[in-house]
Amino acid sequence: MINPHAKQVLSEIVSNKKVGAYNHMVFAVNQLANFAKPGNFLSVAVGGSESSMILRRAFAIYRASIRGDGQGLLEIVVASHGSGSSWLADRQVGEFVDLIAPLGTSFGIPTEPVRALLVGGGYGSAPLFALADILKTRGCRNYMVIGASTAGKIYAPLEGKRSVHSLTLTTDDGSAGTAGRVTDVLPEIIHENDIEIIYSCGPMAMLESITTIAQNLGIIHQCSVEESMACGIGVCMTCVIPVKKPTTIDENRIVMTRTCIDGPVMNAADVVWTHSREIPEGVWGK
Amino acid sequence: MNFDFSTSITQQAFPNPIFTASGCASSGKELNQFFSLTELGAIVTKSIMVKPRSGRATPRMAETPSGMLNSIGLQGPGIDIFLEEDIPWLRSKGARIIVSIAGESIEDYAILSRKFRSIPGISALEVNISCPNVENRGQVFACNPVTAAAAISAVKRNIGTELPIIAKLSPDVADIVEIAQSVVEAGADGLALINTLLGMVIDTASMRPKLSQKTGGLSGPAIRPIAVRAIYQVHAAMPHTPIVGMGGVSSGRDALELVLAGATAISVGTATFGNPTAAISIRNQLQELCIERGFSSFQEVVGFAHRLEDQGYTSE
Repeated sequence: MINPHAKQVLSEIVSNKKVGAYNHMVFAVNQLANFAKPGNFLSVAVGGSESSMILRRAFAIYRASIRGDGQGLLEIVVASHGSGSSWLADRQVGEFVDLIAPLGTSFGIPTEPVRALLVGGGYGSAPLFALADILKTRGCRNYMVIGASTAGKIYAPLEGKRSVHSLTLTTDDGSAGTAGRVTDVLPEIIHENDIEIIYSCGPMAMLESITTIAQNLGIIHQCSVEESMACGIGVCMTCVIPVKKPTTIDENRIVMTRTCIDGPVMNAADVVWTHSREIPEGVWGK
Repeated sequence: MNFDFSTSITQQAFPNPIFTASGCASSGKELNQFFSLTELGAIVTKSIMVKPRSGRATPRMAETPSGMLNSIGLQGPGIDIFLEEDIPWLRSKGARIIVSIAGESIEDYAILSRKFRSIPGISALEVNISCPNVENRGQVFACNPVTAAAAISAVKRNIGTELPIIAKLSPDVADIVEIAQSVVEAGADGLALINTLLGMVIDTASMRPKLSQKTGGLSGPAIRPIAVRAIYQVHAAMPHTPIVGMGGVSSGRDALELVLAGATAISVGTATFGNPTAAISIRNQLQELCIERGFSSFQEVVGFAHRLEDQGYTSE
């Protein structure tokens, strides 16, 4: 089901700052900010009304807050990969964009204090900082690992780290932190700190590797997945991945599932990770 | 002034001519978050098949200039679950419902049609015989007048009710008028023009086709002139056959263009992906444009571009 709080608004850009390889952008969204939870995303129409770019661009919400004057704010981190994200990153403060938020599912928050590990790949770290803030208010101790190809692509702003007990960095080229992948350092961190739950956000291959580690150790793992989407509101059926959905008549049922409304946050153990550009065996209706 | 915005497909009346397009609104639940489904003339559901269907592997989508490719492959729960869950929900919302069906064989169309004999509250049946996302091009019934007619006559023989039958055709054919005539002779009451066109995008980084199944259906404003042409040609040949026009409509102006070509209703598809309330804006803009041009009813506008040279038009 679509996020019941999702609304379409014309939203003013109130801040747009370059942070390393990324742009940190803030949008005024009035009361919508009250309903955004860590893991939710928003979508923005790009290119202006006469644009040849007809599809919205989706961004994980980095943070939701209420300004002193009562204005609700949503913040995102933009990586200018293509013409749509570059157009957005080039917008000036005071301009308005067509925005829909909050969309999708959010990270589950434990009812009791736990030792949590938050793992982000590249700017996939963005939604994890607000998650860390909430976990800390629940008495959780947060360990964070952020990996990227190179130092400039690690997104870890100073104010983001206030709720994080320890932060470990990895880079493929060794330009910051440990040389290697996030998964190289996870087993030791999990073991030394008795991690009870893992939250992750980043490329699918990274999420799959973390899923294997978490399953071998019997740790709960929630991940925020990414599959290219056209609409972000559950109508186009392009962003599907195979997910285990047992029913009373078929306990092994696997269904191609929309990541925009039944995700992006999913229970990693339910996801059927697949590398091939084919529907895996056993999927319902194959 | 009172403008009559209603339209009809044979005996079925609709309060306005703006519909969703099949495959672009799922079964309506998500769009209901953004507007009341009763605001539209009708909700055209995603094409439903006999059995549950996983659809194709991802990537299923590629954005293109003023358009997109999709390669969903008719993912859906199958007719039984659809009739049990989606139809009662749509009825509870007061939506006017056009159900779209798709089959892999002529027999499938017969089976699907029989399912509707005891289902009340449906305004029409769209028979999708032109989905491009199938393994075998020969399965695109609408590519050939004989197979197209066979699929429609299977529906006609088995439907057992007065439910209007709308045949959805592909523009990827040499002569769309020939196909249109063959399906109307076989019992179609109306036509849906046009389905997507088969296209391909190659990723120049990976240097392979971007979609997992290589090809996909092209939609969006990029295909609008093709829709206008197809509707114009078919309306010229068969002026009394209702046409649900679609293909890249994203504004009231675009809708008006298809109506002038001969469309009696307009389906909004890909525009909804970029803007969930697109259909509502298009409905409002289309009505304004018709009134601005001095028309008192929507029916006067249908096919107006076909008028004779000496039938002038003076803007008031």
